[in-house]
Amino acid sequence: MAVFNLRVNGRSHSVDVDPATPLLYVLSDDLELRGPKFGCGLSQCGACTVNIKGRAVRSCVTPISTLDNSEITTLEGLGSPESPHPLQQAFIDEQAMQCGFCINGVIMTAKALVDQTPNPTDAQIRQAMSTVLCRCAAHQRIFQAIRIYVQANAARRTA
Amino acid sequence: MTSVQTTSMTADAREALDRAGFSRRDFLKRSGALIVTFGAAGVVSNLGLTSDVVLAQGINGSPGTALDSWIAIAADGRVTAYTGKCEFGQGLFTAQTQLVAEELSVAIDRVTLIQCDTALTPDQGTTSGAQSHPANFNTSNLALAGATAREALVQLASVRLGVPIGELSANDGVVSAMSDSSKSVSYGELVGGKTFEIQLNPDARRKHPSTWRVLGTPVKRLDIPALATGQYEFVHNVRVPGMLHGRVVRPPAIGSNLIRVDESSVQGMPGLVKVVVRKNFVGVVADKPWQAVQAAAKLKVEWSAGTTLPAQRTFHDHMRKSPVRDGFTVDSGDVDATLASAARVVKATYLYPYQMHGSIGTACAVADVQGEKVTVYSASQAVHPLRNTTAMLLGVPPTDVRIIFKMGPGCYGVNGADTVSYDAALMSQSVGRPVRVQLARKDEMAWENYGLAYVVDQQVALDASGTIVAWDYAGWSPTRGGRPGGNAPGNVVTGFLAGFEPQRFQPRTPAPPPQGGFDNGSNTAPSYVTGCVGTECGGCGVVKSERVLNHTVESPFFTGPLRSPARLQNTFAHECFMDEIAASLKADPVEYRLRHLRDPRLRAVLRAAAEMAPWDVRPSPKPAARRTGVVTGRGVACVLYEGDNGYCANITEVDVNQDSGVITVKRCVVAMDSGPISNPDGIRNQVEGGTLQGVSRALLEEVSWGTDRVTSVDWRSYRPLYLGAAVPKVESILLNQTDVAAMGAGETAVTVTAAAIGNAFFDATGVRLREIPFTTERVKAALQRR
Repeated sequence: MAVFNLRVNGRSHSVDVDPATPLLYVLSDDLELRGPKFGCGLSQCGACTVNIKGRAVRSCVTPISTLDNSEITTLEGLGSPESPHPLQQAFIDEQAMQCGFCINGVIMTAKALVDQTPNPTDAQIRQAMSTVLCRCAAHQRIFQAIRIYVQANAARRTA
Repeated sequence: MTSVQTTSMTADAREALDRAGFSRRDFLKRSGALIVTFGAAGVVSNLGLTSDVVLAQGINGSPGTALDSWIAIAADGRVTAYTGKCEFGQGLFTAQTQLVAEELSVAIDRVTLIQCDTALTPDQGTTSGAQSHPANFNTSNLALAGATAREALVQLASVRLGVPIGELSANDGVVSAMSDSSKSVSYGELVGGKTFEIQLNPDARRKHPSTWRVLGTPVKRLDIPALATGQYEFVHNVRVPGMLHGRVVRPPAIGSNLIRVDESSVQGMPGLVKVVVRKNFVGVVADKPWQAVQAAAKLKVEWSAGTTLPAQRTFHDHMRKSPVRDGFTVDSGDVDATLASAARVVKATYLYPYQMHGSIGTACAVADVQGEKVTVYSASQAVHPLRNTTAMLLGVPPTDVRIIFKMGPGCYGVNGADTVSYDAALMSQSVGRPVRVQLARKDEMAWENYGLAYVVDQQVALDASGTIVAWDYAGWSPTRGGRPGGNAPGNVVTGFLAGFEPQRFQPRTPAPPPQGGFDNGSNTAPSYVTGCVGTECGGCGVVKSERVLNHTVESPFFTGPLRSPARLQNTFAHECFMDEIAASLKADPVEYRLRHLRDPRLRAVLRAAAEMAPWDVRPSPKPAARRTGVVTGRGVACVLYEGDNGYCANITEVDVNQDSGVITVKRCVVAMDSGPISNPDGIRNQVEGGTLQGVSRALLEEVSWGTDRVTSVDWRSYRPLYLGAAVPKVESILLNQTDVAAMGAGETAVTVTAAAIGNAFFDATGVRLREIPFTTERVKAALQRR
């Protein structure tokens, strides 16, 4: 066991855990966050994705000991039901999910993509999403929601 | 007899009850007894059980008829409704809230819906088989409760205001005189906080869809804002005080038995609470989930060798040679004679693999067993049946078990939700504290109740004009276990490991004559036959000489309902075969279907899709197609799902890269008729998701196994359609029929996709694919044989 300090969604936390503990377990169990999900534990589905330094990180295979003190953003860190992030709002507007279990990975992967590539092409979106799984197969609406966000984002930047 | 601890009630439910002015004890008094009934074939099929082999609980349970068990009005006029059909991502929570708001004439935000909790809600059995709309949106159950409540409120208002019922109207939770709006009284004033104390009135009149203001409109899903922002409470997020974490240790192979557990191998591991063993069930419980994972990995367990499985490559032949339990869907008795005198006979065989539910999140449950008081938070589709089987597993009375539904990842049938509920219950009983269990990906995939493999032999007799005059179907499908129902915990892996047997397989041949009417619940009969059993003809078609013989064989793996169970497999075989027959006659596939269909609504969806596509009228294959490079084609398929529960036609366009073997589905035009539409955007979402899931199952998905174990244990060894894949544009056409009963819409679109793709492939290449999935290897091999 060892003490680790981490910053999640703008707040500081200190946890005393086995250094091999994957970040996902700390987020879901110790911090009781509901955004990141355990899907496979193998980095194969994306359900556990969080953003660190603007990148999409699979928290299920990221031991807590490998992290520096960089800010970790989870789905609930982007916005709330009362005040959703524009990307989340696009998913709400498009009703772009069914069971919604995958949507953490979808949104956090898309967020990292657009943070790094502000105006991605459809091919770039597909590439970024190529290792994210949605078993309800809401593909059509998910892509539409991401496109709407990208377009609105581009409009905001040029405004 | 209270079975519920106040502390274990969710905040939502508590708040709703408080608001409704009821105590939980009132609800417990009203909760229906578990009644076990013999299921009809369709019900048995929905439950994933073999017809006649088992005593099955009816799919729609035994809800009570007391209005107060469905609807409560609080002092402030807010409405709380209770339903036994729950949300699984299909939008049912929102649609049912719309229904209640509509029937009671209140705004949607004045309705709180409580779903699937054995202590609170009516026993509506299982949420499956696209049965929620038939059950709750027609003239019984929740819909009838809404109508009964509205009429009761108007009647009370009539007495209170001294105005005849016919001169009153209910709007926004207030009943007013139509001629004098100053004469009005609110629901809260009429019954707020009190019970109705009346029964559901079978004569209560539902509002006609033409007058709907809330139902029938594209209300946005009430749960999506919380889902999109990570606030939604899945069963995975349930936390109760003092909760521990369990991890299962499954056998390494099918048929392995436990020899020895070496507890010393994990002694002293941090956080370890207990190693739990019951017959072949092994689990570890620890303070924290990661500690449980590590202890389970380190625990030394000795198992006996597994059994030798039939080889995957020849499994379909193995099914043909296995002992069978036979049953007829229909048998007109003259099929052999008609075939013998036919101008021509066409034959083909279709093969389908085992497939997985493969939920995006592994199954999870939280159980709290305190002596005989048991609370389980579960994503099961069947809370009341699960109460019974959990009680059997734990050896406590069912009345002392409470199952509280919490949503899990999309399940599409009997995924791991029931089995993990048993895992958590067994471990909690052993340690006397609440235990949360979430399965490892491998533990879920290797032991699922898989969707059915199938072999279908088809032959038809044609007369000299090319009309089908006899249809002869023989299908083989495997079974082992299934839904636990109300009495068979051994139908899923944990119950089996803990010592309960799956439902026994009893061979029976020859099949007894079909009786009890035409039941096409598994779509074993094609749409083109008359479906005559006795004096009743329930089929959609015109072919009078008809024989549909089903052979059920024993499965080496657990099986269970997977979205459109058996119906997808059979529809693939029927609709591809219909295409083959049409092609052999150089007939247009749509026109040839219409020639053999008499059901006007099935004809209508087929025509609607053809018009929208628009359908290129000509025989398949497409003339003068090249034999290399990319070619294109279009295909069609249609079905009346379950023989009575939703019409659908799909026209699909594909590209086929003949060099790489890659099929790219470009566009699917899908026409649906499920009666009056509750929420047009919700049904579109189901059509889109169902169709794309159908693409994934048609092109990619197949369970693999080795000598003694399943080898599809992660997303590399069971590869579905990822988000980056090229997917078709799905265009839905909704035929909103407002003067007929509501049918299901969740499993209809997925049923026709594979056949439409197979037919489009044939149109493009002139080559028939008869085995799912259409992998690139299979496509290339088929093209090489051309």
